[in-house]
Amino acid sequence: MSQVEVVGCTKRYGAIAALDNVSLKFVEGELFGLLGPSGSGKTTLLRAVAGFIDLDHGQVLLDGEDIGPIPVHKRDIGMVFQNYALFPHMTVFDNVAFGLSVRKMPAGEIKSRVDEILGLVRLGGLQERKPKQLSGGQQQRVALARALVTRPKVLLLDEPLGALDKHLREEMQVELRRIQREVGITTIFVTHDQEEAMTLSDRIAIMNQGRIEQLGPPLDVYEHPINRFAAGFLGVANFLEGRVVSVSGNEARIDLKLGGQAVAPADGYRAGDSAVLAVRPEKIGVDAGGRSAGVNQLSGKVIGAVFSGSSTTYRVQVDDQVISVFQQNSTPRRFQPDDPVTLHWSPEHNVPVAP
Amino acid sequence: MSPRQRQKWAIFGLTGPAYAWLAVTIFLPLSAMLYCSVLDVSPLVPRPASFTLANYAAFFQKSFYLPLTWWSILLGFWTTLFCFLVGYPAAYALAKRVKGRWREALFLLIVLPFWSNALVRIFSWTMVLRQGGFLDMALHSVFPDAPAFNLLFTYPAVVIGLVHSYLPYMILTCYVSLQAIDDSLMEAARSLGAENTTVFRRVVFPLSLPGVISGAVLIFVPVIGSFMEPRILGGAKGATLGMNIEEQFTVTANWPLGAALSFTMLAIVLVIFAVLYPILKRRGVWA
Repeated sequence: MSQVEVVGCTKRYGAIAALDNVSLKFVEGELFGLLGPSGSGKTTLLRAVAGFIDLDHGQVLLDGEDIGPIPVHKRDIGMVFQNYALFPHMTVFDNVAFGLSVRKMPAGEIKSRVDEILGLVRLGGLQERKPKQLSGGQQQRVALARALVTRPKVLLLDEPLGALDKHLREEMQVELRRIQREVGITTIFVTHDQEEAMTLSDRIAIMNQGRIEQLGPPLDVYEHPINRFAAGFLGVANFLEGRVVSVSGNEARIDLKLGGQAVAPADGYRAGDSAVLAVRPEKIGVDAGGRSAGVNQLSGKVIGAVFSGSSTTYRVQVDDQVISVFQQNSTPRRFQPDDPVTLHWSPEHNVPVAP
Repeated sequence: MSPRQRQKWAIFGLTGPAYAWLAVTIFLPLSAMLYCSVLDVSPLVPRPASFTLANYAAFFQKSFYLPLTWWSILLGFWTTLFCFLVGYPAAYALAKRVKGRWREALFLLIVLPFWSNALVRIFSWTMVLRQGGFLDMALHSVFPDAPAFNLLFTYPAVVIGLVHSYLPYMILTCYVSLQAIDDSLMEAARSLGAENTTVFRRVVFPLSLPGVISGAVLIFVPVIGSFMEPRILGGAKGATLGMNIEEQFTVTANWPLGAALSFTMLAIVLVIFAVLYPILKRRGVWA
């Protein structure tokens, strides 16, 4: 098991900084998710660790050693590409054996190593197939086996499940997790899919415009986003703007622009500060009838209701803002467009974020 | 009309003109030639003809046809080889190294020879290759004491002329197959520990083989039947099967023999491919 660290990494393409002074430590054996929109620098960071990109500034350390000058083929990394990049002219066996045969390993040893790893990804018996004859999920497993068979120090995955359909993707998420645990390899993966990032990762970093917006275990980042971008990119968030009127102990009282007041964690606020609170849609309760605005309470009118099996998403017009609300379908009450409703939530669900 | 039927008609309508054209321009004249090849007198001679296989037998009976054929096949081999040696690196550089507008400009330079008249091109080579020609002058301006230098009417001159004429085919076919290779395949190979030469040997080259093969076929077949370059640049030394066939039609007016020799050559080409095909198929080139 190995530890990877990037220090002060910067990479510019013309005027655009793909990476802007990024420093990050990937802990031994963890599954780390780099999450962000396209152009956020997540793939650039992954490719810098792999060695495909020469950084303008900064270092990539593998177990404390600067691997910047080491070319890709000597870095001892395993990488799975977005389109899998299986060699189309080789069989599954030859694809997986490639990394071992370039290391001039004896044929007998190659055979046992390949068989072992194909067993791990549950592809035994398909050795002689060509990649074209495999399903998307099987190709994904071959790519994973090929990257792992050389026992690299770190595994890099570029949008590993992006090309699979939803059902297969969920299955492969579980598989990926299992295989990563079994091998115990430090793994960094890139995704733009927030659900995938939350499901798979021990820790995630949310990236935007070449910087890391927030870093931590998925649950922490989800429950305590520190800024608007992190709150809005990982999950859905409603943003309530207002001004702090008073702070007492660890509670701040905030006048909301939409009317009424919110009681939120003090979070370093002082009276007079402007504040933005993030409230997750599933934390908000919906009651029939529009009451007047109160503390952690808003009234509005339903303008949309989308039923999606286990839950219903309401869009509620409050003043000039639309608030999203998820309601589990365990409650018997259903609302129709134009119904007046009251929204309410607990103080601890007001998460102060940087604007 | 059902969608299925409509599709059938669409296919028919789209391919029909091409097949009709091919039938008229290739099948009919070739059939006429095949018929001609088994006659005992040329259709130009006003005398009733009878059928014979003597024209085909002549190929084996006359002692100079077999060496001539071997000579032509060797010419095809050398021309194809040099086209590959010169063309493949160029195609590789264009497909994998050069990006953007430079690529278009360099491409234009490769296609340019196609736009000039073939005869003019070949005759211009005589001015370069002959004694006192440009090559000779260039050589003597650097080494004044060098012996006289004349390539014209030699075997290399023919190969040079043919390589010049056919090189673009090799570059274009190799370029197409090289360009189709996803860069992530090369990155994957590198990430697995392969250095650049290994990446090329085990991934890039095998995947570009179909382009090399089609280029080779496009070059080899016309070269062994070529007559213009061998005649102008090779003189007496450049005698090929193609030249001999041409003479049967234009000089000795022995059409049946010319036709029979043409079909013999076609048979030889087919035999060569029949031998090579299983080998290439096993290597997965046509998988």
